[in-house]
Amino acid sequence: MKARVTVTLKNGVLDPQGKAIEGSLSALGFAGIAGVRQGKVFDLELAAQSADEAKQEITKMCEQLLANTVIENYSIDILK
Amino acid sequence: MKSAVLLFPGSNRDRDMIKALEHISGNPVATVWHTETTLPEADLYVLPGGFSYGDYLRSGAIAARSPIMGALKSAAAQGKHVLGVCNGFQMLTEAGLLPGALMRNASLHFVCKNVELQTTSTNSPFTQNMASGAVWQCPVAHHDGNYFADSETLNRLEGEGCVAFRYANGTNPNGSINDIAGITSENGRILGMMPHPENLIEDLHGGLEGRALFESVMQTLDAA
Repeated sequence: MKARVTVTLKNGVLDPQGKAIEGSLSALGFAGIAGVRQGKVFDLELAAQSADEAKQEITKMCEQLLANTVIENYSIDILK
Repeated sequence: MKSAVLLFPGSNRDRDMIKALEHISGNPVATVWHTETTLPEADLYVLPGGFSYGDYLRSGAIAARSPIMGALKSAAAQGKHVLGVCNGFQMLTEAGLLPGALMRNASLHFVCKNVELQTTSTNSPFTQNMASGAVWQCPVAHHDGNYFADSETLNRLEGEGCVAFRYANGTNPNGSINDIAGITSENGRILGMMPHPENLIEDLHGGLEGRALFESVMQTLDAA
């Protein structure tokens, strides 16, 4: 079972790296950028038998390690 | 005061901390490797600065889940005193022993310099002998010292006098919210701070202002 976890900063949490990337994109001539937020992607391979089982397990991983829920949100996509 | 310093792969301020603790307490300092599951008997447990696990994932995140941290959490729950400096502060927030999080410096730069620190609360064992409101110079050296907490947590920290140190006179080096440089737990027995008081202990350091912090907590622990 393959899955992808996406971790992003919560709304309202300042993202200086996103701001720097936004500035750099503008400098390259990309106009009309309303905002850039940087995040992280984790690709996991699991022995889980079902999507439900995988999702449950990954939720625990996110809560315990992959995301810092003080500042970050996470989403889980089961890719099979 | 008996103290123990916890060691992680990538710690690099551990020897400074051990020297400072030995100098102040006059006692040998125990060290504990991160793979241990029990702590030696001590009054004060210290998480030193450095770059544990190369700051992978988030600064302090992997160290905060290492085997020894279970024992540290139990010790903290039993009222033991814990100090985390720099990477140690990051570990304390990642482990949930202190609230909030330490994010990338707003400037995106690694900062290594002296800042002005104000002692804003003398409620804790660590700050009780320090002059309330006094401003002192202290070195910082970090990339992720930008303290963040949600407004509810922040109000609680401010209201309960848990903000021990603040960057003063416009020297906030990292964009930290409310200029927060160090916070304590509700009971005052856990202190996390980004600046390095262990580097202001001997004349050669160029200042002795860090001594008051260690002497404060030693007074409490030796009286216990």
